[in-house]
Amino acid sequence: MAADNKKKKNKLFSWLDERYNLSGLIEFAKKKSVPKFRETIWYYFGGIALLLFVVQVISGILLLMYYKGTEDLAFESVHFISTKVSFGWLIRSIHSWSANLMVLSVFIHMFSVYFLKGFRKPRELTWYTGFGLLAISMAFGFSGYLLPWNELAFFATKVGTDIVGEVPLIGEPILILLRGGEDVTGATLSRFFGFHVAIFPGIFVILLTLHLLMIQRQGIAEPEDYKKLPANEKKTIPFFPNFAMRELLIWLIVINILAILAVFFPWELGTKADPFASAPVGIKPEWYFLFMFQVFKFLPGEILFLPGEFVGILLFGVGILLWAIVPVWDKKTAKGEKNMILTYFGIFVIIFIIVFTILGFILE
Amino acid sequence: MNNHSESPNQINKTKRRDFLNILLSGGFIAWLGALLFPVFKYLDPPKVEEVKVSNVKIGAVEDMEKDSGKIIKFGNKPVIVIRKQNGEYIAFGAVCTHLDCIVQYRKDYGQIYCACHNGRYDLNGRVASGPPPAPLQKYGVTIKDNEVIVFQEAT
Repeated sequence: MAADNKKKKNKLFSWLDERYNLSGLIEFAKKKSVPKFRETIWYYFGGIALLLFVVQVISGILLLMYYKGTEDLAFESVHFISTKVSFGWLIRSIHSWSANLMVLSVFIHMFSVYFLKGFRKPRELTWYTGFGLLAISMAFGFSGYLLPWNELAFFATKVGTDIVGEVPLIGEPILILLRGGEDVTGATLSRFFGFHVAIFPGIFVILLTLHLLMIQRQGIAEPEDYKKLPANEKKTIPFFPNFAMRELLIWLIVINILAILAVFFPWELGTKADPFASAPVGIKPEWYFLFMFQVFKFLPGEILFLPGEFVGILLFGVGILLWAIVPVWDKKTAKGEKNMILTYFGIFVIIFIIVFTILGFILE
Repeated sequence: MNNHSESPNQINKTKRRDFLNILLSGGFIAWLGALLFPVFKYLDPPKVEEVKVSNVKIGAVEDMEKDSGKIIKFGNKPVIVIRKQNGEYIAFGAVCTHLDCIVQYRKDYGQIYCACHNGRYDLNGRVASGPPPAPLQKYGVTIKDNEVIVFQEAT
């Protein structure tokens, strides 16, 4: 019986192999390996982000079955999902928690690549596509946040889009484009819904495909210190099955964490948005926007004759741009030298984000 | 081209090719423009006719408690109406000049407060503290036959 099965399998394999050259693929997969050293743990976070993206797609499609993206019905439909639909609360809670964990793992993935200098030649394009994926992940978060049409989301969207509107020249047209008018209204909800379920997933999948193809084509990056080791001291883990199995185990752990969070800390819905109500005291954005939000709170109305929020946008804009184009300005790492400015800049950014995030949490 | 000098014939050919290239790429760009123009125009939402409102009646004088505030609809704009401790009515546009949130009256501060970024305005609508860059827009209030009317002041 077993032998029979094997024969069948072999037959199927050779049928496919003849047509699609599977042996070539297997040969390629066999050669794949991951460097083994102190920092190997960070290599798992890209995979975690990928898993959570898949969770987002599945739970998102499920939510689409009941969600209604209009001003009158959005809040009610999410309320309906959370209270009436079997396991609706769970699906919604998973979608919200998974979104947060995904943004978190994308951030960890980015910082690890930054500090291990994985962006240097020849992997610049992998870094840029990764940066695009991070930006779209945050855009996913921002647009999805509005969809339940509750009070917090309403004001978060007002503030977030207003910040975009402050950008000179292009700000105002983009604000109109995003809001579908001068103000945040039902038109904004329709547009954000479209962005969230059609435009962003499309761009995300294209970038993700490129990102993964480049990694397959070039192999995983080796940090400088590891690269300099003599060949016999370079330890590696075969990708199949060792690394893949470990990644699977980590995925299992992540899914468990997600399940625990989603079940024991179900996502709240809040109160329905009212365009004629005051912003509630203690209003805060999602944690990954909190540090920027806190900075805007501290900025005075005017800095050197310029509006305070304009200076804030300028500083953040320059900082983010510098971060995005690090393969351009980091000439030292490309030559195999240590670039301490790069490390200090990275550490400064992390401390800055952590300090202002904590301040955002504890201050009113 | 190789290292022989170009014959007039060849030069003519290159010129012809250049001309064709410009024509084709120009045509392509024009075609792209014709394609994208309607898309961008489509995304620009049409102006919705605003309901012209010059004044709004908000009820009898004694309806609002002293030392309290509320948001009213003024056309499609939110306006904050405050009844001061001395019973006097004042009104301002309720949209914070900082980043577009809607302000509220805080008894404990005796000021107008924006919860989004801790902006504060005094009861003349001027910035008292925090990030707002400009004062709130002032609205007028009159009382006629014991009815409170909020109106847009002539600018």
